Amino acid sequence: MGAIEAPDLSYAALAPLLFVFGAAAVGVLVEAFAPRAVRHPVQVAIALVGTIGALVATVLLAGTQDVTAAGALAVDGPALFLQGTIAVLGALSVLLFSERALDPARSAFVAAAAVPAGSVRDRELATSERVQTEVYPLATFAIGGMMLFTAANDLLIMFVALEVLSLPLYLLCGLARRRRLLSQEAAVKYFLLGAFASAFFLYGLALVYGATGSVRLSDIRVAVVTEGGSALMVLGLGLLVVGLMFKASVAPFHSWTPDVYQGAPTAVTAFMAAATKVAAFGAVLRLLYVAFGTADWTWRPLVYALAIASMVVGAVLGLTQTDVKRMLAYSSIAHAGFLLTGVIGLGPDGTGYGLAATMFYLLAYGLTTLGAFGLLTLVRDGDGEATHLSQWAGLAQRSPLVAALMTFFLLALAGIPLTSGFTGKFAVFRAAIEVGAWPLVVTALVASAIAAFFYLRVVVLMYFSDPAPDGPTVGVPGLPTTIVLAITAAATLVLGVLPGSVLDLAESAAVFVG
Amino acid sequence: MSDVPWLVLMIAVPAVGAAVVAALPPAREALARQLALAVSLLVLLLAVLTTIAFDPGGERFQLTTSVAWIPDFGVEFALGVDGIALSMLLLIGVLVPVVVGASWRDTPVPRPGRPARSMTAFWAWLLLLESLMVGVFAATDVFLFYVFFEAMLVPMYFLIGSFGGPNRQYAAVKFFLYSLLGGLVMLASVIGLYVVSNSQLGEGTFAFDALRQLEIDPNVQKLLFAGFFLAFAIKAPLVPFHTWLPDSGAEAPIGGAVLLVGVLDKVGTFGFLRYCLPLFPDASRDLAPWVLALAVAGIIYAALLAVGQSDMKRLVSYTSIAHFGFIALGIFAFTTEAATGAVLYMVNHGIATGLLFIVVGMVIARGGSRQIRDYGGLAAKAPLLAGVFLLAGLASLALPGTNSFVSEFLVLIGAFPTRPVFTIIATVGIVLAALYVLLMYQRVMHGPPRGVLLVEEDRAEDGDTVRPASGAGGATAVLEAPVRARVLAVRDLSRREIAVVTPLVALILVLGVYPQPLIELISPAVEATMTDIGVDPGGSTPAAPGSTGTGGTD
Repeated sequence: MGAIEAPDLSYAALAPLLFVFGAAAVGVLVEAFAPRAVRHPVQVAIALVGTIGALVATVLLAGTQDVTAAGALAVDGPALFLQGTIAVLGALSVLLFSERALDPARSAFVAAAAVPAGSVRDRELATSERVQTEVYPLATFAIGGMMLFTAANDLLIMFVALEVLSLPLYLLCGLARRRRLLSQEAAVKYFLLGAFASAFFLYGLALVYGATGSVRLSDIRVAVVTEGGSALMVLGLGLLVVGLMFKASVAPFHSWTPDVYQGAPTAVTAFMAAATKVAAFGAVLRLLYVAFGTADWTWRPLVYALAIASMVVGAVLGLTQTDVKRMLAYSSIAHAGFLLTGVIGLGPDGTGYGLAATMFYLLAYGLTTLGAFGLLTLVRDGDGEATHLSQWAGLAQRSPLVAALMTFFLLALAGIPLTSGFTGKFAVFRAAIEVGAWPLVVTALVASAIAAFFYLRVVVLMYFSDPAPDGPTVGVPGLPTTIVLAITAAATLVLGVLPGSVLDLAESAAVFVG
Repeated sequence: MSDVPWLVLMIAVPAVGAAVVAALPPAREALARQLALAVSLLVLLLAVLTTIAFDPGGERFQLTTSVAWIPDFGVEFALGVDGIALSMLLLIGVLVPVVVGASWRDTPVPRPGRPARSMTAFWAWLLLLESLMVGVFAATDVFLFYVFFEAMLVPMYFLIGSFGGPNRQYAAVKFFLYSLLGGLVMLASVIGLYVVSNSQLGEGTFAFDALRQLEIDPNVQKLLFAGFFLAFAIKAPLVPFHTWLPDSGAEAPIGGAVLLVGVLDKVGTFGFLRYCLPLFPDASRDLAPWVLALAVAGIIYAALLAVGQSDMKRLVSYTSIAHFGFIALGIFAFTTEAATGAVLYMVNHGIATGLLFIVVGMVIARGGSRQIRDYGGLAAKAPLLAGVFLLAGLASLALPGTNSFVSEFLVLIGAFPTRPVFTIIATVGIVLAALYVLLMYQRVMHGPPRGVLLVEEDRAEDGDTVRPASGAGGATAVLEAPVRARVLAVRDLSRREIAVVTPLVALILVLGVYPQPLIELISPAVEATMTDIGVDPGGSTPAAPGSTGTGGTD
């Protein structure tokens, strides 16, 4: 038995990942050894240093086209662009987590998530100001997993990254301070279904390995070209896609989304809706474009059908929702369909705007949805956040600013011009039409019109209805939430009015290595 | 003078005005509306100066500005006007100050048990709407046009939804969704155009002048045409797509309704002329009979529905749908006379229907009801109001001597040589127009005094009381001669109201007698459009297919 050779690692190219994982590891130590009084500020600082450091590292690495760790990790334009996006969204989410001004008990997270809901101890904890801060290292690990996910050039690494990002998310979902039962249900549901999806992914991995003899994306590509597609390979690809689509909450693998979005603490929901989607689509793009880009007949019909299903399901079921969080969950499903429209836009020989358009859309959608969920944390009644639609009636009179911001985010989600949502939609639709996917784009446009109805309903409620006498109050956000809202709103506006430079960036980053 | 970026100013001034007004505290309502009036008058001045700077005999698009906006998409912030667009800018310039004046004393819908809402937001939305309306007509980049087209929905949505009648929520959402659906389908066509330009010109562009040069496959043309057409047909509205307008027109505040019907809907017919015909000449020619069928069906159907309306604002909305049928008939008849008539109609309809809406609004402001049956005999007490009402009505039914006559006549004689059957059917609409206008006028203004404006007064001996003359006709209800007489408590037009209606009344009469300057402004642009679709602008017969190199298909 020969000695195992350590693979050659390019530490510089891995700097973003090292930053985040380092911060996560330090966070665990702090949780264990630092005194309670200083834990919260220290944890927030570490998480921010990790994510912002990662962002800076991706910026410095811009232009790198490298394969490292014995070919298992690709550090290229799309990986860096999406890692940067995840780092931004992650840093903003950490800020949302650290908000201490809104909940009377100073934090949106419960100290002990495993206590049975409704028990005496649970009721004590609901109002206790004793908070644990494990949420920060957990989130940082998830961010690290997501960033690894977008850079994975190897199906095994992709699977590992999938687990690294998923497991902390399952826990985070169960941490809500209020409505404990719903939160625990969300965590269990997400975990069980997520485990299923992981199994699908693993099975698909095995089949693809059996068909092509490799788990390396570049080798799979070679095998596909030389040997052509076999039934085994197509089956394996299908299973891999199922696993990834689950994370991206694409219909028909979406059924967990509304429940989990509703049950999870809102700041975590914001994080999941924004960052998980970026990571999942990063992996989808890499898998389909790098490994199967030359055999697009294997996935194009599948993605086509999934896109239509997702847009229709998201838009139509969104109409019937009465809870703002659930509504935004269905909106996220519809947006996953729009994103797949961009994924379709791969031209022959790797041309086409699909990659750049999808990456831009991910950034735009992530920031907007983060802002929208961030606003939800402000509207509260005695029982925590007031997310039922009827409670939002007449909000414009209580708080014109919150109502105006929410309207702006909703218009962006609906894709009205001069918001980032429109620029993103335009980019992905253009990419799809370039490759002749007319019917898909027309479906997408009809779905946009349907979805606009439920976004508008919230606007109607806020502006044109009279407030209920016992309606919710609008909390005054502390500095962290204010920063998040300001950044996301500004980004939504700038990416709508002057998107040129970011589009350029996405365009120049849109070259896969490997 | 042509160095001044007039069009940019016309967009920027009201936008800045809107921002300033929106920033005012709610208590400074009076300042807000004064500011709104000042800004709208400034825009009118700018519109006039723009017209002076414009040379009717010069190039097709003048006063152009072009700045790269989103280079990745090939989008430019490109503005420029031809005679058609300029006439619409003038219309906007005139109507907005009038609307500000007409809405001067408006108050928001009272909500029981709550303090009245401030009108500041109303003025801010109104100015923002003006800015976007100017943009939509001045854009020469299809993408930019689309952006203005969609963005325009937002202020109108809030005008209807926040300041409208009792059913305003429903109307506002219906308005927004109809327009958005049309807009999104148009977006598909806009992207399609881009893709075609990308394959033909090597790089994608949205510039109108470049897109006009494309040679698009006729089948693709039909698809793209359909996308644009649906958006414009909803906006205009043509008949199967019209159901949002009566709701919006009825529920919108009067000022909003005037701009909605007077200007916003013109974007639809303007779009037919500016985008559908020049960009898709083959498809326009092939599909024209279908469009004409919709137009003529609309003229008759909407007129019949208007006759049956009991709500004055809905009635006026339906008359507009009928008028849009005439405009579409003029556009898709493909003769220079008819198209000139159609453009003239767009301006005249804005003035005449705008006035009709404003007068109806004044009646409603006095009685508080939109129902025709709640009024009667106003003319005796308010002769000026009745006079203006009658004039607006007559202009609506295109009586000779009023502005609408010229345009309707031009449309009909222009369309007859190429489309005799449709034209003959359309003339029935004229008869129906007389019916709905005069019936409304008669019921509201004449007859015995009745309805919501009747109050009991303690002045039985006063000779001023209105007593219906007996034997005046079978239709006259005879009131019991009461001890307490019942009189109409109605004021005639106030000085502000006279100031509001005077410009429109003057325009109706002047343009009715001397429309020549406007025609001279419009006709070069119309001729250029006719050349685009391969119609000889000199004569009224369509050129032989293919003679202009656009590849005829029929």
